[in-house]
Amino acid sequence: MSEKVFGKRVKRNEDARLLTGNALFVDDVHLPHMGHIAFLRSPYANARIRSVDVSKALEMEGVIAVFTAADLGDYWKPAPLLLSPPPIERLTFVERTQPPLAKDFARYVGEPVAIVVAEDRYLAEDALDLIVVDFAVRKPVVDMEQALEKDAPLVHDELGDNVAAHVIQTKGDYDAIVKMAEVVVARRFDYDRGTAAAMENRGVVAEWDALSQRMTIWDTTQAPIPIRNGLAKMLGLSENQVRVIAPFIGGGFGPKVMMFYQEEIVVPWVSMKLKRPVKWIEDRHENFYATSHERSQIHQAEIAVSKEGKILGIKDIFYHDTGAYDPYGLTDPINSQCTLLGIYEVPNYYSDFKAVFTNKIFVTPFRGAGRQHGVFVMERLLDLAAKELGMDRVEIRRRNLIPPDAFPYDNKIIYQDFAPLVYDSGNYEPVLDKAREMIGWEKFIREEQPKLRAEGKHIGIGLVTYVEGTGIGPYEGARVQVLESGKVSVVTGVGTQGQSHFTTFAQIAADQLGIDVGDVEVVTGDTDLFHWGTGTFASRGAVVAGSAVHAAALEVRQKTLNAAAAYLNADETDLELVDGQARVIGDPARAVSFGTLAEEANPLRGAVKPGTVPGLEATSYFGPERGATACGAHAMIVEVDPETMELTIHKYVVVHDCGVLINPLVVDGQIHGGVAQGVGNAFYERLAYDDWGTIQNASLRDFLLPTAQEVPAMEVGHEETPSPYNPLGMKGTGEAGAIPVGPLFASALEDALSDLADFEILEIPLSHSILWGITQAVE
Amino acid sequence: MKPAPFDYISPGSFQEVLDSLHQYGSDASLLAGGQSLIAALNFRSMQPKVLIDLNKLPELAYVRKDDGLVRIGAMTRQHTLEKDAIIEGLLPLMFEAVPYVAHLAIRTRGTIGGSLVYADPAAEQPTINLALGAKFKAVSTTGERWIPAESFFLQTNHTALKSDEILTEVAVPVMSASTGWGFEEVARRDGDRVMMGVAATVTLNEDGVCQDARLVYQNSAPTPVLAEQAADLLIGSQANEDLFLEAAEVASQGEIDPLTDVHATAAFRRNLARELTLRTLRTAFERASKREGTPHE
Amino acid sequence: MNKKIPICVTVNGHLYEEDVEPRMLLSDFIRHQLRLKGTHVGCEHGVCGACTIQFDGEPVRSCLMLAVQADGHEIKTIEGLSADINALHPLQEGFREAHGLQCGYCTPGILMTLEPFLDENPMPTEEEIRHALSGNLCRCTGYQHIVKGVSIASEIRQQHLEDASGEGGEK
Repeated sequence: MSEKVFGKRVKRNEDARLLTGNALFVDDVHLPHMGHIAFLRSPYANARIRSVDVSKALEMEGVIAVFTAADLGDYWKPAPLLLSPPPIERLTFVERTQPPLAKDFARYVGEPVAIVVAEDRYLAEDALDLIVVDFAVRKPVVDMEQALEKDAPLVHDELGDNVAAHVIQTKGDYDAIVKMAEVVVARRFDYDRGTAAAMENRGVVAEWDALSQRMTIWDTTQAPIPIRNGLAKMLGLSENQVRVIAPFIGGGFGPKVMMFYQEEIVVPWVSMKLKRPVKWIEDRHENFYATSHERSQIHQAEIAVSKEGKILGIKDIFYHDTGAYDPYGLTDPINSQCTLLGIYEVPNYYSDFKAVFTNKIFVTPFRGAGRQHGVFVMERLLDLAAKELGMDRVEIRRRNLIPPDAFPYDNKIIYQDFAPLVYDSGNYEPVLDKAREMIGWEKFIREEQPKLRAEGKHIGIGLVTYVEGTGIGPYEGARVQVLESGKVSVVTGVGTQGQSHFTTFAQIAADQLGIDVGDVEVVTGDTDLFHWGTGTFASRGAVVAGSAVHAAALEVRQKTLNAAAAYLNADETDLELVDGQARVIGDPARAVSFGTLAEEANPLRGAVKPGTVPGLEATSYFGPERGATACGAHAMIVEVDPETMELTIHKYVVVHDCGVLINPLVVDGQIHGGVAQGVGNAFYERLAYDDWGTIQNASLRDFLLPTAQEVPAMEVGHEETPSPYNPLGMKGTGEAGAIPVGPLFASALEDALSDLADFEILEIPLSHSILWGITQAVE
Repeated sequence: MKPAPFDYISPGSFQEVLDSLHQYGSDASLLAGGQSLIAALNFRSMQPKVLIDLNKLPELAYVRKDDGLVRIGAMTRQHTLEKDAIIEGLLPLMFEAVPYVAHLAIRTRGTIGGSLVYADPAAEQPTINLALGAKFKAVSTTGERWIPAESFFLQTNHTALKSDEILTEVAVPVMSASTGWGFEEVARRDGDRVMMGVAATVTLNEDGVCQDARLVYQNSAPTPVLAEQAADLLIGSQANEDLFLEAAEVASQGEIDPLTDVHATAAFRRNLARELTLRTLRTAFERASKREGTPHE
Repeated sequence: MNKKIPICVTVNGHLYEEDVEPRMLLSDFIRHQLRLKGTHVGCEHGVCGACTIQFDGEPVRSCLMLAVQADGHEIKTIEGLSADINALHPLQEGFREAHGLQCGYCTPGILMTLEPFLDENPMPTEEEIRHALSGNLCRCTGYQHIVKGVSIASEIRQQHLEDASGEGGEK
């Protein structure tokens, strides 16, 4: 089969196993003599820990061991800072990372204080009730603004205040330009907390085999190699002694690339201490308290525009809630800062944020990773400016697009990958126009909406745009090998949590080697099989690891052709690779199978020419010069019942430009999934805290994830503006769907209910009740 | 989230159930459908010492017509009710409401008795049974008694049952041909606990004049609320929008006491109550007049 | 208090005789005692639907049942749908065709829910499919490809029935 598969809607290699219940997830690991772990977690958000008495728990039948911070000895130290802040000139940053078990202080509800190992999880949970902790409870600080007040309770006593970081990035001179603006729109925007709530909770299984001196860890992580490297160091082992396996993982979305969670640090230590395998599986209730959150920011922003709707400048002062620790550095708020600029020309920009410590679990990237907030602010400001100017909401956007000849486009501020925010390529007007056309913008506003309004319906339309910085470095690698079975193996260091790597990477290799996609065996997430890499995050897997697969496959293609040329006594340029064979073009009888070539390339005896490398194998690494900037637009028509605030989404359109597509079916799936999380973030998913730092809706019954009834059917259109920064021209797409849904809901719902009241939506997430409250407040 | 330890009894006879209840009293919980109980056990918000399993007693599940009553065994699964011809024909309000209970996989196990005894004011069965004027049979080793729905629900998760009593049957008066009904609820997602729900029944004479009315509010207070003042306003009148509005105002402002929680404010709940009263009354009057056979405008 | 109770339960046609603690959840029994790992646990409060199995032919949440309750009953799990890659159930085939799964964690619960649904509603509309799905959470797909997968499954199922009854000619 010589038909190319790159770009095709190929069925997935991994589905047969997943559909028949034959895929290994972390909780499926079963080892003899395995101990089961439960963590005792602080019920208080801010408390001094005076003592921990585990004696009764130790006496309980079925309990194997109980450990506290004191038992960890020298092993106890705060986790490493994952990301230092980027080299921004006006930046202060205070590093505070999470300890493996709370020692003298508990700083958020859910912070682990002790660990029980028992014969099963039921018994471990029983034993938790027998541990007595003497807490000196203090009033916590939960609200960001309160945390910045003068006499606020302190999250870290020694700091004197709760400011984790202060960062200012500017370009041009906003203060000068605002004086010349005909229209200035200034508002406060509130974006509230949520959590990724993947269907599979976290888990760690660790097996220290003292006889072979090897540690094997199964972890629901998105980044097995850095976990391996970090844990080896912490445990005093060499990297070769530690194997981290990220098997099938039930959804990642960001919080599973946070490292090092306390559980990841402690569970392997326990296994070494007890010399037996141990397992910790997070339950759903725990997940709300033990896995990182995101999304909480407050912005005071303003936009200065000319009367033609041209953006003169933007000023944004915001607070970012980092929780009790800041292990992930400033990725989220810097993404907010940068992504606010979007697809628009913003000649003057003043952006100033403070990251604030609060007594809640730390905040780390969740699908969108801070981009949501920037997009919310920009898209809302544009809508509000359009309203003041009496201008069409699409038109104001059109007037500010970065033109197609301006790329690479330097936004002149620093991005999360430590490099200047430069968009590699982009062609924005066709994206805007396509979305406008697909939603039927003109016709709806001119004809349909007035007619429906006359019938008493409340129906509105919205359209928003976004950029998504993807495919960032530093690098990933891949090893491609032709096997003696005739199949091809592709191994890479990233993990997979549903992104179809087993298929997309196979497609890339299959095209180079002329083999069926189903005959390419892809392995991800096993540090014994690939040694170097950083992980799946920031919409980079396909771009960076995919490019490495491509490079390695190209090398193997060449080796295979060379080997075949020697074998068939032909010239390499006369050969083609088709259907797992190398054969002479036009003379298919003169052929040799891949399996035979692989065998020949690895002789058991005899001599080889000096300089020969065995096998038909190549390892290649790819590190992009810079990230690739994808973009898109979403549009929606929504009807609202004015009394109950029930929504009916009549039409939802996505136009996305992520460069060249490996597999359109996979890309659509990523977009659908992203939009679903965006819908959740817009109208359903909001973590509610009380004043004592307890989550009031820490269950799936009350923290609502959208179902098939709430997520609309979507029409997805694609534009393809290739990236010049990788050989296949790809851009990432994993987070795109989730980014702009908040402001889209705000825009369309304002429009739908505009005859009810003259109100503005300046906060997200909404709900039926919140929306009603906003419309009532203006009457 | 694993349950705390408990002793488990699986009685093979109803008498064994009564004896066990008598022996253990409030130390025991009865396992019916388990859809609320086992979730509570998993959260450890309930930690009974003894679990008495009712699922080996098929005689506790039935739907029968008995003169002017429909008798439903307490262990009848919700999913049975939503397919049952007697319920459909004689208790159409219940038939309409049951599909709103959570999701199918919950209704295949959940029972009517379990839902009533769990007494969640946001659940459908307590509201519907109050609207239909049902009576509940409570049995213990010392005898049996009938408790009307009006006095059954005392507080959230708390009923008039004593700790040694078991609910065995729900007796619901057959809805008359001249009774119309309406049922509406608003939840954040389908199948969620409602933010507000309203069940309305009205009985009209041949002239369309209301003889009897009941309005019950779901998740409007610690128990389902029978809004008697609002319902009284309707007696003696024909269908009329101003009247519906007045009843809706009286009920939503004066007779219910909804909470503010993570899902909705009390003010929004009152607004929903008002709106749903209007909708259910319109529907109930319309249905009642149709069943009478009077021409519908 | 933790005395074990003997139970007999048929799972995917196979009779098991096991001893279980009364408080052991049916989901844990299936996964850890019977070692059938295809059924997944997402919440243990009966909301997400990942643990859905069939109990006497009807979909139930295995996290909201105790193992002891399975005594004398018949259970079907994902392993009982079809393990043969060359003879998949129409739903499995449809999902594969439509990219109706990404991480696959919620998938077994969804298939167990949809199998009886499709048997009772052989030609469902999109609205009916979404309603049937509303008790199962998926965090990856946004549901659209799942809905498509069910439509394809219903077509495949129709085709199988026609083939079996000899109608529709040779294929």
